[in-house]
Amino acid sequence: MRRFWRLLPFFLPGLLLYLALFVYLTVTSFYYSLTDWDGLSPSYTVIGLDNYPRVAEDVVFRKAFGNNIKFMLAVVLAQTVISLLLALQLTKQSRLHVALRAFYFVPTILSSVSVGFIWTFVYDPTLGMLNGVLEAMGLSSWNRNWLGNPRIAIFSIAAVQAWAHIGQMVILFVAGLQSIPRELVESARLDGATRLQLFLRVTWPLLAPAAAIVVSYTTIQSFKAFDLVFTMTGGGPAYSTEILSTYIYNSAFMNYTFGRAAAASVFFLALIGLITFLQFRALRTDRISY
Amino acid sequence: MWLQGLGKLLLVAFAILIAAPLLIVLFTSMKSTAQFYASPLGLPESFSFHNFKQLFTGQPMLRYAANSLIVTVSTVLLVLGLAVSIAYGILRSGRRLGGVVFALFAVGLMVPSQVNMIPIYTFIRQLGWSNSLTGLIVVSASVLLPLSVFMLSGFMKTLPREILEAGEIDGAGDWTLLARIAVPLCAPYLAAVSAFLFVIVWNDLLFPLLLLSSNDKLTLPLALLQFRGEYVTDYPMLLTGVVTTAISMIVLFVFLQRYFISGAMAGALKG
Repeated sequence: MRRFWRLLPFFLPGLLLYLALFVYLTVTSFYYSLTDWDGLSPSYTVIGLDNYPRVAEDVVFRKAFGNNIKFMLAVVLAQTVISLLLALQLTKQSRLHVALRAFYFVPTILSSVSVGFIWTFVYDPTLGMLNGVLEAMGLSSWNRNWLGNPRIAIFSIAAVQAWAHIGQMVILFVAGLQSIPRELVESARLDGATRLQLFLRVTWPLLAPAAAIVVSYTTIQSFKAFDLVFTMTGGGPAYSTEILSTYIYNSAFMNYTFGRAAAASVFFLALIGLITFLQFRALRTDRISY
Repeated sequence: MWLQGLGKLLLVAFAILIAAPLLIVLFTSMKSTAQFYASPLGLPESFSFHNFKQLFTGQPMLRYAANSLIVTVSTVLLVLGLAVSIAYGILRSGRRLGGVVFALFAVGLMVPSQVNMIPIYTFIRQLGWSNSLTGLIVVSASVLLPLSVFMLSGFMKTLPREILEAGEIDGAGDWTLLARIAVPLCAPYLAAVSAFLFVIVWNDLLFPLLLLSSNDKLTLPLALLQFRGEYVTDYPMLLTGVVTTAISMIVLFVFLQRYFISGAMAGALKG
């Protein structure tokens, strides 16, 4: 008990801020989800759980959920595979390797708004570089309206998300690769293991913890990708790029259905909570120390 | 042998994939609108900084940059101060008390900031802090606190206990131990965490979007978003905005690379 009073001053300021803003506001989010508030009127009524079935049956919400899953799968797959392939070539501490890793990292430090505008320009159907390059290579039949075509727009944004974060994942994989004892690789090589065998039997099993971190981090990132989607398409065309976080924003601040948006937030929170929990459990069993 | 060649090819291809969009954006920012429409993908005729001049005369860019700097530096300092003292408290308290405080913040790690956009908006309005940098700083700090506590208390656990105990025997109080021993020992890690937090706050769009409205309060990403409305289809001006806001971060990165990279690693491992 004496220790408690002695250490209280160290906890108090941070704890107060955390409880007042973070915890209290999360609870408030639950409370709003039980009301019919439009965000503007001074008064509103508590309507119980009605918002939840309404959100669950909302076509746009379902679409946003589906899009978010598509977005996540595309980003996780592209980001993990490409960054692993790059990391395998960049494990040395030589000047070239360090410089390349730093160069790949550059998009990570740019704001999502900047990255969004850069790629809106690259994707521009008539003035953009992507269609221009395809045309120059004689592949003009591949030209697309990358962000305007509802069937591919979400994947176009997923590619940008991966572009911006691969450098970060390379760093994580390289750290994992550098922690693999050299003797292990050398002895396998002396025993006559082929390159493929070496990767499948030695490198990959020892790299699994790093891969788990990359996959789980990327998964969470792809659910939080509000800034990028909001900048590039705002959720359009025809809700084809609406993800959960833009759905919440749009239904609160564009349609003024605060209660319903809050119910969607609660659903979003439950989903992220579930994913984080699963990731915690998966990572705890095979934690590696760098 | 061919596999090694393929690997090298991949490295070059990805370097081009990173460089090409950045270069074309830089080139476009040096073109006049007429020149751009005549040849959207060509090289600029000359290195002209006309667009930059126009941007700085037409927009209060320095105001935006100052806002971003105020918000970012204050948030990072506030979060670090609070998180360091909590992490120290957790380290020095027994299993039960430390465990409870740690668990409390660990729960917060699971709540993505997007979940609270509605109550954050209404609560800050009730406090009378809407359209103020103070509100933005307080909100950003509260959102980043759980992750920072998690990262720092994980690191402090690795400090050798004997040093703190020796200090205690010599009669040093808790604040002295924190300021004279714990913080200096954590310094390189603190630098990495600061760089990590700096990037997040500096680049954030959502909270400025929710909390700031008048022109003199905008941060750089929010200002950039607003340019799109003003320079519709005027890519050279829009991308001049992108280059201008990106350049400060890239310069910072060149000098503080080490901290940015180890910070991003710490954030991913713990977050």
